[in-house]
Amino acid sequence: FTKKRLDEAMLEELEDVLIQADFGVETATSVTDALRRDRFDRDVTTAEVRAVLAGEVARVLAPVARPLDIDPAHKPFVILMVGVNGSGKTTTIGKLAQKLSAEGKSVMLAAGDTFRAAAIEQLQVWGRRTGAPVVAKPTGADASGLAFEAVTRARAEGSDVLIIDTAGRLQNRDELMSELEKIVRVIKKVDPTAPHATLLTLDATTGQNALSQVEIFGRRAGVSGLVMTKLDGTARGGILVSIARKHGLPVHFIGVGEGVDDLEPFKADDFARAIAGRAE
Amino acid sequence: MFESLSDRLGKIFDGLRGRGALSEADVGEALREVRRALLEADVSLEVVRAFVEQVRERAIGAEVTRSVTPGQQVVKIVHDELVRVLGEAAVAIDLNAAPPVTIMMVGLQGSGKTTTTAKIAKRLSEKQGKKVLMASLDTRRPAAMDQLRILGEQISVATLPIVAGETPVEIARRAAREGRLGGFDVLILDTAGRTHIDEELMAETAEIKQLADPHEVLLVVDALTGQDAVNLARSFDTRVDITGIVMTRVDGDGRGGAALSMRAATGKPIKLIGVGERMDALEDFHPSRIADRILGM
Ligand SMILES: Nc1nc2c(ncn2[C@@H]2O[C@H](COP(=O)(O)OP(=O)(O)OP(=O)(O)O)[C@@H](O)[C@H]2O)c(=O)[nH]1
Ligand SMILES: Nc1nc2c(ncn2[C@@H]2O[C@H](COP(=O)(O)OP(=O)(O)OP(=O)(O)O)[C@@H](O)[C@H]2O)c(=O)[nH]1
Ligand SMILES: [K+]
Ligand SMILES: [Mg+2]
Ligand SMILES: [Mg+2]
Repeated sequence: FTKKRLDEAMLEELEDVLIQADFGVETATSVTDALRRDRFDRDVTTAEVRAVLAGEVARVLAPVARPLDIDPAHKPFVILMVGVNGSGKTTTIGKLAQKLSAEGKSVMLAAGDTFRAAAIEQLQVWGRRTGAPVVAKPTGADASGLAFEAVTRARAEGSDVLIIDTAGRLQNRDELMSELEKIVRVIKKVDPTAPHATLLTLDATTGQNALSQVEIFGRRAGVSGLVMTKLDGTARGGILVSIARKHGLPVHFIGVGEGVDDLEPFKADDFARAIAGRAE
Repeated sequence: MFESLSDRLGKIFDGLRGRGALSEADVGEALREVRRALLEADVSLEVVRAFVEQVRERAIGAEVTRSVTPGQQVVKIVHDELVRVLGEAAVAIDLNAAPPVTIMMVGLQGSGKTTTTAKIAKRLSEKQGKKVLMASLDTRRPAAMDQLRILGEQISVATLPIVAGETPVEIARRAAREGRLGGFDVLILDTAGRTHIDEELMAETAEIKQLADPHEVLLVVDALTGQDAVNLARSFDTRVDITGIVMTRVDGDGRGGAALSMRAATGKPIKLIGVGERMDALEDFHPSRIADRILGM
């Protein structure tokens, strides 16, 4: 192995690798600062650099890599899925229904996107694929009314889990965020402890705006955990490191494809190694 | 959350009250802030590097007049250069071909292809009196074809009847035939979303393109895209030689640096922007406004 000195030039190259993975300048700098503190001016091999870099990233992510716990005390355990347009909410619901059904839980779905063309039909296909019944009303119906009906029905039928889809919305659209608050309020009328999990889907291709998505959806809808979708592309999803530093919200799953089984638990080590693998 | 470039440069040049030309040292420090501002706006690193060098050449020796501060002068140079790279004037969809003029929509999953297909169809039919046919070649995403059909009904534009079991290439062939026989002026092909590293689906896109021989191939991209913008734009361009870009979700509060990345990586014009979910939320691209946004102005 050829050893190289961990000097300023090398640290700058590493910072660039992190920036290209969507860490953002501030977080990239903080990670390379940690390397500078520990290893500066030592001779290192490429493998060592990657290992130290991965270790540093994993250190930030390890506390947020937490599974989604379905507390059986809640029947139904209500999951509300939120996020910006096209980020993968409906698909993630399908994958999650599959996973939970495979664990022996009875799952019901609610077609809470009453706005977008064929959003209801899309969820119904996922319902058929996974054997989960779907509560739906015609397009244009009130989303919170649908949510109310779904929680009521899931309770009456004794479902273990109810997953509620919502229409995609950009976090800077105040009236749409108010509508989301209303959905949460109405769910609480049936069960004051619900929703028991509010999951925000983040598209791995998204850059720095993901931070603002977490912040505003968190404030308005009470996000309890994150799912990062579309990690099967070439985007690295490094924004999760910034999000972990600033918000510390759990990351439950990653989406790695469009198929029903393409949902995996989020593993800090794997994620960190994939990013560090790009360092020369 | 982000400080605008003007504010930052204002601070740097605070001490520097002199008139005359900007020195290499003045410019050097300012460019570090320019780099940072562009990265925070999600401009891809590789594009940032090239861009900063272009600005350096323009800025060194630039005259600072009585009416502007050195900070304002650098911001102006950066802004002008951004507009130059983004493309000075709006480029419209080109319909100058034998009917049916075919437009093919491509892009990553969920970028906004189907919605944009319908928005463009509405615009061409209502504003330019064109007879438009839309066809969904998306045999993969659940209810994708229903989505386009419903949008067609909403905007009173014809969609190719759905036939179960056909491959995307077969649908493209049927759409072309229907476009000719039905006397349509424009045929818009909506395709399934795909990641640019999915070899099989990229090969499918190339096959569809070869068969349909589209006059326009529009890459639909999310304005919130991060550093991967250069890779994805270049991959699609290499594979299907795109003729233009449509940026969606410009109604969000993203800084839109991806516009610069993709324009610089492909040299292809950004033709339209999506500014909402509704069918009329489609606008012409104005480079200057995106430049302002990238700089946080
Ligand atoms: N490659 C890949 N595609 C995905 C993944 N998750 C979702 N998609 C695709 O992304 C597109 C959008 O997914 P949806 O589930 O419809 O997203 P959504 O957030 O429900 O969208 P709206 O309801 O319109 O806001 C679809 O084409 C999905 O197949 C993933 O992990 N990887
Ligand atoms: N806010 C906003 N939402 C948009 C815009 N364009 C599209 N959308 C929304 O983005 C989501 C995805 O749009 P689609 O048109 O289904 O995207 P697509 O590229 O066809 O998705 P796939 O076919 O799954 O790859 C939908 O919720 C649209 O309403 C836009 O300009 N602004
Ligand atoms: K997206
Ligand atoms: Mg959806
Ligand atoms: Mg589509």
